[in-house]
Amino acid sequence: MWWNLIEQIFPYAIAYTVPLLITALGGLYSERSGVVNIGLEGLMVVGFFTSAFVISQLESILPGTAIWLGLLLAMIAGALFSLLHAFACVTLNANQVISGTAINMIAGALTVYLARHMTGSGNILIVHGLVRRNIPVLAKIPILGRLFFTQTYATTWVVLAILLVSWFLLYKTPFGLRLRACGEHPQAADAAGINVYRMRYLAVLISGACAGLGGAVILVTYAGEFNGSVAGLGFLALAALIFGQWKPLGILGATFFFGLASTIANVSQAIPALAKIPGILLKNFPYIVTLLVLVFFSKTTQAPRAAGEPYDKGKR
Amino acid sequence: MKKEMRKEYTIALVAVGLGLLAGALLMLVTGNNPILGFIYLISGGLMNIERIGNTLATATPLIFTGLSVAFAFKTGLFNIGGAGQMLIGGLCATVIGLTLNWPKPLLLTVIIIASALGGALWGLVPGWLKAKFNVHEVVCTIMMNWIAYWSVYYIIPAYFKGAYLETESRRIPEAASLKVGWLTDLFRGSYINLGFFLAIIAVVVIAYILERTTLGYELKAVGLNRYAAEYAGIQSNRNIILSMMIAGACAGLGGAAFYVGYASNMQIGVLPSQGFDGVAVSLLGANSPWGVFMAAIFFGVLHSGKGFMNAMTQVPPEIADSIIATIIYFSATSVLIEKYWGRLQKRLAEKEKTGPPLVAEEEIKEKVGGAS
Repeated sequence: MWWNLIEQIFPYAIAYTVPLLITALGGLYSERSGVVNIGLEGLMVVGFFTSAFVISQLESILPGTAIWLGLLLAMIAGALFSLLHAFACVTLNANQVISGTAINMIAGALTVYLARHMTGSGNILIVHGLVRRNIPVLAKIPILGRLFFTQTYATTWVVLAILLVSWFLLYKTPFGLRLRACGEHPQAADAAGINVYRMRYLAVLISGACAGLGGAVILVTYAGEFNGSVAGLGFLALAALIFGQWKPLGILGATFFFGLASTIANVSQAIPALAKIPGILLKNFPYIVTLLVLVFFSKTTQAPRAAGEPYDKGKR
Repeated sequence: MKKEMRKEYTIALVAVGLGLLAGALLMLVTGNNPILGFIYLISGGLMNIERIGNTLATATPLIFTGLSVAFAFKTGLFNIGGAGQMLIGGLCATVIGLTLNWPKPLLLTVIIIASALGGALWGLVPGWLKAKFNVHEVVCTIMMNWIAYWSVYYIIPAYFKGAYLETESRRIPEAASLKVGWLTDLFRGSYINLGFFLAIIAVVVIAYILERTTLGYELKAVGLNRYAAEYAGIQSNRNIILSMMIAGACAGLGGAAFYVGYASNMQIGVLPSQGFDGVAVSLLGANSPWGVFMAAIFFGVLHSGKGFMNAMTQVPPEIADSIIATIIYFSATSVLIEKYWGRLQKRLAEKEKTGPPLVAEEEIKEKVGGAS
């Protein structure tokens, strides 16, 4: 019975994990370069809105491609919006947490304003989302095939590919080394001839694109409708970043854990074994676990040393 | 000191101006007349005595959450858990209002104390985790917001379900409401309630704590430099916890002012936006208690006028939130304003070199009494 249960909820858990994963990965770029990005939540909302707008406008003309166009434009919109954060934090040395909070509020208010202007209700519905598919050969593998390769969304594989590329980029290329150097000791990086400002701009832009994609993935997989909020997923992604100790594989593990926890909370009503547990406990479970995890991981923190500090050229 | 204050006011005013400008642009882009929009927005908040009362009632929770953010900020902590602290404060107030059957003065006293304690508890957790385990208070307060959200979501329908709807609590009895007859009559039936006076008291108390007590001095010292404060013998951990508790208590009182003052029942499934608006209020008010008060009244006008504006024009009510959010962004990037302001002043000073020297003029102004 338990095995059956796991098989049932696994696709959902993965669906919840993917937007978190890509957003946390964006946060990884930004924080590794030394800029804390609290605005991930808002950037997700921007991607959520953009994809909903694009897909709802185009899906009758370009069925199929509209979804991918929506995802792409969501990334671009997220990147453009994150320029606001980069400008405040990198060029103006503003308080990064306040700027991020402003991004969240602007994104929330602006997208709902525009959506309401378009539809009246403020919700944008898309008719077709992505279709779940089985991967041809791999789905036949016993156990693993059932868990990982059946009923998957194409976006899951895109995001995993981005994760892999990011790992390579950050740890195996000069670019990655430079980016991480900016987050650990920007003065040293500068002395070595790296343009810290440009590096940080680039990292924040990537984080915006990733978060935008995260918001769009929510739309085309399990939401199907823009409603103005991603319900704290951006902040959960930040928590996953800490839990994953600012490492790509750590983030994968952390986000999957959160995805599983929220899936258990969400599907509990449909599963007799879980329905007995009071809803208040199940719904709070992911957040309480996050707090506990933070307690364990915050003392021995591996945070980039210069994260959150504006780069001051004159400082030693 | 005076010059510093004047600079902060200038920044706040420029940020407000830029925010309103962004709002105007947004209205223009979506095909509305911004001048008309602003006329309806402002008159919707201040048109008559009833609307002024509503504006003050809307501003009341914002004063509390603004104070909450400002107070934590003085200790170097960023409290974006105002929403959750408000919810818990409101939950405590509602629960007591619906269970106890006491005379009004006594009941209100208990409600106010309970809501402050509830909020303080919701601030204690992030404060303690920050002091003890170095957990980042931003992520932590956000988690506490969602825990409050889901707790209210299940507690209200289970024990205090409304007569008609599953998604709200029963109406609180008249004895448990912060609304009082004479005040409602004075403002021609508006939502204004005792919470507003409570907010003024809170502003005075917080200003007193920060400016006149050892506690306030220690909190500010920890905020400026935690290590220097510790070297001077100040227990920074204790102060971090205390600061978050007081900040939480402020937001909790805001919850009482909102749920048993402005409203008379609790809706589930809503994270009150006042928690996040408190960040804007605090920033615009330059983290000073009276600055918070003024900023909250201003946002109160925007929020209470947006409904009227929406009824009279095609502008969606979210324009108010967009303006507020833009104001925060410009407050965050105040460096830019400062730079241009400084450059402008320098240019003015250069122009006046032929006239009487600027320093002397400043001195004269100071002696006359700083009238400008």
